[in-house]
Amino acid sequence: MSKKRSQEEYQKTFSFRFFRWFNGEKDPYLGEVEMHPQEEYQLDPQAALRYEKEHDAILDKVYDLERNKTMQLFHKLYHATSILFCLFLIALLLVTISYLPATGTIDRPVNNEVAKRYIENGLEETGAVNIVAGMILDYRAFDTLGESHVLFVATVTVLILLRLNKTQKSDAEINDRRFEPKNDTILQLVATFLVPIIIIFGIYIILNGHLGPGGGFSGGAVIGAGLVLYLNAFGFAKTERFFTEKTYKWVCFFSLSFYCLAKSYSFYTGANQLHSVIPKGTPGAILSSGLILPLNIAVGLVVACTIYAFYAMFRKGGF
Amino acid sequence: MTAFQIILMGFLIICAISVSFSKNLLNSILIYMSFSLIMSILWVCLESPDLAITEAAVGAGITSVLFFVTLKKIHAIEGSESEKKEAKENE
Repeated sequence: MSKKRSQEEYQKTFSFRFFRWFNGEKDPYLGEVEMHPQEEYQLDPQAALRYEKEHDAILDKVYDLERNKTMQLFHKLYHATSILFCLFLIALLLVTISYLPATGTIDRPVNNEVAKRYIENGLEETGAVNIVAGMILDYRAFDTLGESHVLFVATVTVLILLRLNKTQKSDAEINDRRFEPKNDTILQLVATFLVPIIIIFGIYIILNGHLGPGGGFSGGAVIGAGLVLYLNAFGFAKTERFFTEKTYKWVCFFSLSFYCLAKSYSFYTGANQLHSVIPKGTPGAILSSGLILPLNIAVGLVVACTIYAFYAMFRKGGF
Repeated sequence: MTAFQIILMGFLIICAISVSFSKNLLNSILIYMSFSLIMSILWVCLESPDLAITEAAVGAGITSVLFFVTLKKIHAIEGSESEKKEAKENE
């Protein structure tokens, strides 16, 4: 038979103490261990000065090249090995190059059926007058897709590294205003004339990518440079009217996914010998060569936005 | 190869060597910009105008602007004495 214990009796048992300790109701040190409040450690300023002097003296002795023989030897060896290493690398590369086939000979490995096919059938198969555009956006479109994604990943990385939160952002904006001369008349006048011309030139390069030299990447870079000039002349207040973080996000998202979907379709039809519904058009016309023109526009948009975003993030830590 | 191209290539080599020997970071960036400009002219001579456009826009334009901004951020661009005084007074 179990008997009922009184409260006092229970408090003497082990289980009471154990559960009190387990629940953290009693600090095992409080009232048991003698304790003194500790002073915060403060370095004696004279001692700190002495330590610094000693440290400097030791460093002076170590780097005293006239007396320290081992250091002298190490420096000499360091220079000698670096020169030897450079010479070795140069020799190695030159020897390797001498084994390559000479430029322009017929039996070069570059001179194979792939290049021949690009040159002979390129116009017929892609519809692009500019063979380079036909190559990078039709035969090797996968490559270009990867390049666009590399740009996007680079922006994301810069965003992770340089992005500031809201309080830091306002500080950065104040700093930006203080150290940057605002309302520079010469710059603004030049920008008013140059920016439209630069951007129209960039658009021309993108839209003529399949007809002449250029394409998405170069045109996008030109447009991005124009945007950077506009931002420098008129400040963030003007550019934020049409370009914010949201714009960047949606433009990149739509361009990259459009590229993926369009190219998936053409790869699917090409691999399965199906008839593609996209018309080739007459070569030389602006609306021709199938998917190359829209793909050029997509790549150009991504590149232009990326360049502007890079600049904005480097300067202010955000858009 | 024409004489013009050879002169440009000589400039390229001079630029490449002087970048590594210049003590001032600002000067190095300016030399780098001129390297890219010469390179873009050379691309035109080598009959690849698309590369020339890209080189002029990216190499000479955007990369150097990003370098300038970075130098400003790490306070590596030192202004003249009077500008420094003004900045101190403003603070």
